[in-house]
Amino acid sequence: MLEIKNLHATVDGTEILKGIDLSIGAGEVHAIMGPNGSGKSTLSYVLSGRDGYEVTEGEVLLKGQNLLDLAPEERAAAGVFLAFQYPVEIPGVPNTTFLKEAVNAVRKSRGESALDAMQFLKVLRAKVKELGMSDEYLKRAVNAGFSGGEKKRNEVLQMAMLEPALAVLDETDSGLDIDALKAVADGVNALRGPERSMLVITHYQRLLDYIVPDRVHVLSQGRIIRSGGPELAKELEAKGYADIIEAAA
Amino acid sequence: MAASVETVEKVQSLGERYKHGFVTDIEMETAPKGLSEDTVRFISAKKNEPEWLLEWRLKAFRHWLEMPEPQWAKVDFPPIDYQDAYYFAAPKSDDDKPKSLDEVDPKLLETYEKLGIPLREQEMLAGVAVDAVFDSVSVATTFKKKLEEAGVIFCSISEAVQKHPELVQKYLGSVVPAADNKHACLNSAVFTDGSFVYIPKGVRCPMELSTYFRINAENTGQFERTLIIADEGSYVSYLEGCTAPMRDENQLHAAVVELIALDDAEIKYSTVQNWYPGDENGVGGIYNFVTKRGLCAGRNSKISWTQVETGSAITWKYPSCILKGDNSVGEFYSIAITNNMQQADTGTKMIHLGRNTRSRIISKGIAAGRSAQTYRGLVSLGGGAENARNHTQCDSLLIGDRCAAHTVPYIVSKNRSANLEHEATTSRISEDQLFYCRQRGIGEEDAVALVVNGFCREVLQQLPMEFAVEAQKLVGISLEGSVG
Repeated sequence: MLEIKNLHATVDGTEILKGIDLSIGAGEVHAIMGPNGSGKSTLSYVLSGRDGYEVTEGEVLLKGQNLLDLAPEERAAAGVFLAFQYPVEIPGVPNTTFLKEAVNAVRKSRGESALDAMQFLKVLRAKVKELGMSDEYLKRAVNAGFSGGEKKRNEVLQMAMLEPALAVLDETDSGLDIDALKAVADGVNALRGPERSMLVITHYQRLLDYIVPDRVHVLSQGRIIRSGGPELAKELEAKGYADIIEAAA
Repeated sequence: MAASVETVEKVQSLGERYKHGFVTDIEMETAPKGLSEDTVRFISAKKNEPEWLLEWRLKAFRHWLEMPEPQWAKVDFPPIDYQDAYYFAAPKSDDDKPKSLDEVDPKLLETYEKLGIPLREQEMLAGVAVDAVFDSVSVATTFKKKLEEAGVIFCSISEAVQKHPELVQKYLGSVVPAADNKHACLNSAVFTDGSFVYIPKGVRCPMELSTYFRINAENTGQFERTLIIADEGSYVSYLEGCTAPMRDENQLHAAVVELIALDDAEIKYSTVQNWYPGDENGVGGIYNFVTKRGLCAGRNSKISWTQVETGSAITWKYPSCILKGDNSVGEFYSIAITNNMQQADTGTKMIHLGRNTRSRIISKGIAAGRSAQTYRGLVSLGGGAENARNHTQCDSLLIGDRCAAHTVPYIVSKNRSANLEHEATTSRISEDQLFYCRQRGIGEEDAVALVVNGFCREVLQQLPMEFAVEAQKLVGISLEGSVG
């Protein structure tokens, strides 16, 4: 599904990613763990095409399509979804309006017809129900005045509506208490499927108790220094990053 | 059938106009270039006006001669040569109009397309000579009939001068005196047409009144004069303008709008202004110098202004309320969008005279490109305005780093019981917001439109439904090319 080959990227002229190789199969969930400053968030922005993140070498293929040539909105249409660490507030724009714009923009660029208001609301209500959320979310402005947990659940709702091929979850656990974490993880797990790959970026092992990955990779100074199964996350939690990084050096 | 009688009358009157246009020498249909007492007399004579109105016009003209141009607005333009313009021209004959949409500027058509305006209406807006006359006559006829049943008078101000002189004489200039300001003086001296509305006592006008449906709406853009009177206990909602871009060869527009609300009456006045703003280098474009003022003359009366200003090279406009009646309410909801080289200096005046008067101001300014805009507002509380209240909120949104937004609020209170609140914010459209939208698949320009529409929401909600939908699209179109 996703192939990252020898990916190098700079921010403001400083190289942050120094040759990443990563392959995620269809339906797999991989976790990227690493200390602060290792390049985790940079990887998520490079994959989603944010301005200011310059790729200097390497390639990223999603279902064989080169993502690096595409604008952020084209990547979204190609199936890339980024659940933000800090979801952005858009005052005055109701969630429903935002989701409808997004879904129809993506449908349009895939050559599908736009959903009218009735069709759209039907789909949206069904997803809201599936995720055990309340309709009240929909009327509120996008993330405006939302609690940390509400923002993250809203990201999950957006993911459910956009049905991406690749979901990148950037520090989805940050700022959440345990109940909110469980609720968000339940939502993410409900969206796991054979056609969807996920890249879960996290600092702590805690999240991976709830979203159990197929593979775990340790990122340090812009490189993946170790990969393994879910047990690697436990080992990290027990020993700390310093030991693992030292051992790999 | 009453309708067919009406239609027959309409067709006859059209026939008369046609004949009139045919036999009269074309030279006589246009006043000579320049502005003098003779021009004013010519216009008044053309319109067959009573003596008092000619005198009123002449008085305004004499004031105009002596009055300096207002200099306080933060706008910059070369001096206007008033002698290098025509002040009266008969409506264009069909021969001069484009024969079909094929002859209309494709750029204009592109915008109509984006606004989703039906073909027939596109033709009307672009001034195409079509055989739609009979259509529009019948629409207008049904419309007029319904209003007549309610006792509402809705006609051109020229017609009102002939048919309802007592109302016009009583109220014309009663809110905006002929000597109010230079631009209003000019309008008073040379106005050629506009709308007149009278809502009788206790009547709730059965439909939104729109200039769009008024026949004779053509060629009144330059010096438009509007007078709306809501008698005791009545209500009217009036829509002015159109979201579709309007072209006009006349650069200077100086309109005057006067509203009068008597006891317990309410007037809601909504404007969408989208005159030609000039090109991206600031060449061309309309100077829109407008004086709009409402008088809450009666107790418990209410006047509410809502405006969406996206067009014109220069906008100079302060729709205001004089809150004379006790418990009267004034509101001003504004969205001003400037892009490229546009300049806008706009705001409101809330003059509290009566007791327990309340006013609310919500202004949303969006500046992009190299444009500059200013919110300028006055909240004034007189000695008798016991317990008056005002809440003002001015928010500015900047797109890019070459535009400017200013806020100039004046507050004058002569009453200790006043309760005044003022809030102001200035922000930038954030890169975070745009990236967030784009990551969800929304293209950059659509993302800007979405964020700006959110920013304007409180004001857009004040617009009548069908206007609001178009205005939302217009917000996006006005900001095209402002990012990237």
